[in-house]
Amino acid sequence: MINFVIRRIGIAIPTLLILIAISFFLMHAAPGGPFNSERGVPPEVLANLNAKYGLDKPLIVQLWNYIWDIVTKFDFGPSMIFKTRTVNDIIAQGFPVTFTYGIWSFLVAVVVGVSLGVAAAVNHNSWLDYLAVGVSIGAQVLPNFVLAPILVLVFTLGLHWLPGGGWNGGQWPYPVMPVIALSTSFMASIARITRSSMLEVLHSNFIRTARAKGLPANTVIWKHAFKPSLLPVISYLAPAFVGMITGSVVVDVYFSTGGMGQMFVNSATSRDYSTMMGITILYGVLTIVFNMLADILYAWIDPKIRL
Amino acid sequence: MSLLKVRNLFVDFSTPDGTVHAVTDVSFDISKGETLAIVGESGSGKSQIVFAAMGLLADNGRARGEVLFEERNLLSLSPSDLNKVRANDIAMIFQDPMTSLNPYMRVSEQMTEVLVLHKGMSKSAAYTESLRMLDAVKIPDARSVIRRYPHECSGGMRQRIMIAMSLLCHPKLLIADEPTTALDVTVQAQIMHLLNEIQKEFGTAIILITHDLAVVAGSCENTLVLYGGRVLEYGRTVDLFKSPAQPYTKGLLSALPRLDTDGEQLHTIPGNPPNMMLDVRGCPFEPRCPYRRPECAETMPDLVRFQDDRLRACHVAFEDLQ
Repeated sequence: MINFVIRRIGIAIPTLLILIAISFFLMHAAPGGPFNSERGVPPEVLANLNAKYGLDKPLIVQLWNYIWDIVTKFDFGPSMIFKTRTVNDIIAQGFPVTFTYGIWSFLVAVVVGVSLGVAAAVNHNSWLDYLAVGVSIGAQVLPNFVLAPILVLVFTLGLHWLPGGGWNGGQWPYPVMPVIALSTSFMASIARITRSSMLEVLHSNFIRTARAKGLPANTVIWKHAFKPSLLPVISYLAPAFVGMITGSVVVDVYFSTGGMGQMFVNSATSRDYSTMMGITILYGVLTIVFNMLADILYAWIDPKIRL
Repeated sequence: MSLLKVRNLFVDFSTPDGTVHAVTDVSFDISKGETLAIVGESGSGKSQIVFAAMGLLADNGRARGEVLFEERNLLSLSPSDLNKVRANDIAMIFQDPMTSLNPYMRVSEQMTEVLVLHKGMSKSAAYTESLRMLDAVKIPDARSVIRRYPHECSGGMRQRIMIAMSLLCHPKLLIADEPTTALDVTVQAQIMHLLNEIQKEFGTAIILITHDLAVVAGSCENTLVLYGGRVLEYGRTVDLFKSPAQPYTKGLLSALPRLDTDGEQLHTIPGNPPNMMLDVRGCPFEPRCPYRRPECAETMPDLVRFQDDRLRACHVAFEDLQ
C-alpha cells in the first residue's frame, strides 16, 4: 500500500512535468499574446512588457524559470492581465467557490445516482426501472447550458423561489441552482453505470448462492451485491469528482458565481499565460491525486487487486 | 416417509421468441437419507426442477404444481418463510465453485452469516462451528483457509467450502447441482466420496443432478431419467443399469465408454435434443428413438409402474427393449 503510493507519486511527477511542458508550448503556439489589444501597443512598450514578464527569453528558458519558481517558491507568477494580482491570489479567490458547489454537486450526483441505479436494477423491468432509465437518459442528453437557463426561468422568474445568480459567500440558497446544473449529467451517468453493473452482479452465480442461503433480499443486495457493483462506478468517480470541483464555465457564467471555470476560460481567451498554466496544473494535480485514491478504493473493495 | 414430494411440476420461461417448456409434469419422491440422481443432458430441465423448488428461477420463469417439503408446498410459501427453509432444511451446492462463492468476501464471513441468520449464533460461536465444518469436509489447514478470499483457494477446495457451507445448519436435504462438472477427474472422485460420507454421517438426503452416469453408478440408490423436461424412467440405479426400461436410458448407457470392449467405436444417440419451445404431443425422444412407433409421435406414454418400484414412460414393451 505504502509502496503503491510511493510508486504512484514517482510516476505522477514526470506526468505532471510533461503536462506542464505540453500545455506551455501549446499555449505559446496559439496566436496572439497577453498584451495584444485592439488599440495596439507601441512596440517599445510591448518590448518592455515582454521583458518584465520574461517573455523575451527563449521558450525553453521561460519554461525552466516557470517550473523553478514553482518548485522553489511555490510561486505561479503574476497574472498578466490583472496587473496587481498573482495567480495564487486568483486561485485562492475562485477555487473555494468552485470547490464548495463542486463538493455538493458530487455528493448529490453520487447519492442520487447510486440510489437511482440500485433501485432500477433491483426492480428490473418495472415502472421504477423505466422511470429511472428515462430520467437518466433525459438528464444526460440535456446539456447544462440548456438546463441552467431553464432552471432560472422556472425557479427564479416563474416561482420566485431561488435567487437567479450570485454567490453570497455560498450561503443558502445561492448554491442550489449551480449544484443542480452541475450535478445532473454526472448523476445520470452514475445512475446508468450503477444500474447496469448492479444488474450484472445480481445475475451472477454468487448472488444465487446468497439467495440459496436464505438471506433476506436486502442483505443479498447490500451485503453481497452492492460492493462489487460499485467497482465500475468508482473508476468513473475520480474524473467526475475532479470535473465537478474544478467547476464549469457554464455554471459560473449563468449564475455569476465567480468560480474557476469562468476564470480558466477567460485566461485562455485573453492569453493570460500564467493564470492559465496555474489552473491547468491545479487540474492536473487533482486528477492525478483522485485517480490514485480511486485505485486505493478499488483495491479495498476487490481483494483480487493487491496494491 | 417422504421428505420431499414433487407433484405435477411444470416450469415455463417466457422469452421474446415464445414460451420455453423447461419442465413438464414431473413428479417424484425422495425419502429421508435417500440419494436420488436426476440424470439428463444439458437443457433437459434437471436444474430447473430444483431451482423451482428453491425459488431460484430466473425472473422470467414460472413454476406450477406442488413441491411438498414435509407437507408444506414450497411454491406457495412467502419469501420470508422460504428463506427459513433455505440452508436450514434444504441446502444447495452449485455447478461452478469458481463463481459460486462471493469473490469480495472472506470465507469466514460467507460461512458465519448462515449460522448467525438461521441459528442466531454469535459471530465467534459461528466462526468456531464453521471451522469445525471445514475440518469435517477435510480441508487441510482450515484455520488458514477460513481467513482467505475465494480466489486464494483451488477449485476443489472451493467446492469443499461450498459443501461445508451448505452443511452448517445440518439440512435434511442437500441438492447438488452438477457438483463435479467443473473439476478435474481426481478431484471429482474426492468430492463424490465426500458427499457419500456426509450422507452416511449426517443422514442427509441428497439430490444429485448430473449428466455423468459414471458418477451416478457409484453413489446413488435411485435414478430419475429426464429428457425434454419429462420423466422417462425412474427406479433403483442397479436395476436401471442392469436392464434399462426406456430407449433413451438404453442409449445413454451404451454411450458410456467401457474398458472391457477395446477398439470399438463409441455408441452415440443420433439427432439433437428437442426444441423446448414446441408443444410436443408425443414422446419427446420419439424423433431420435430407434424403437419408435406411429403412436409415439401422437401421445406421450404415461409414467407407469412396472416390476416393484420402477416407473417408465414408453409405448414399447419392456421385454422388447432387452
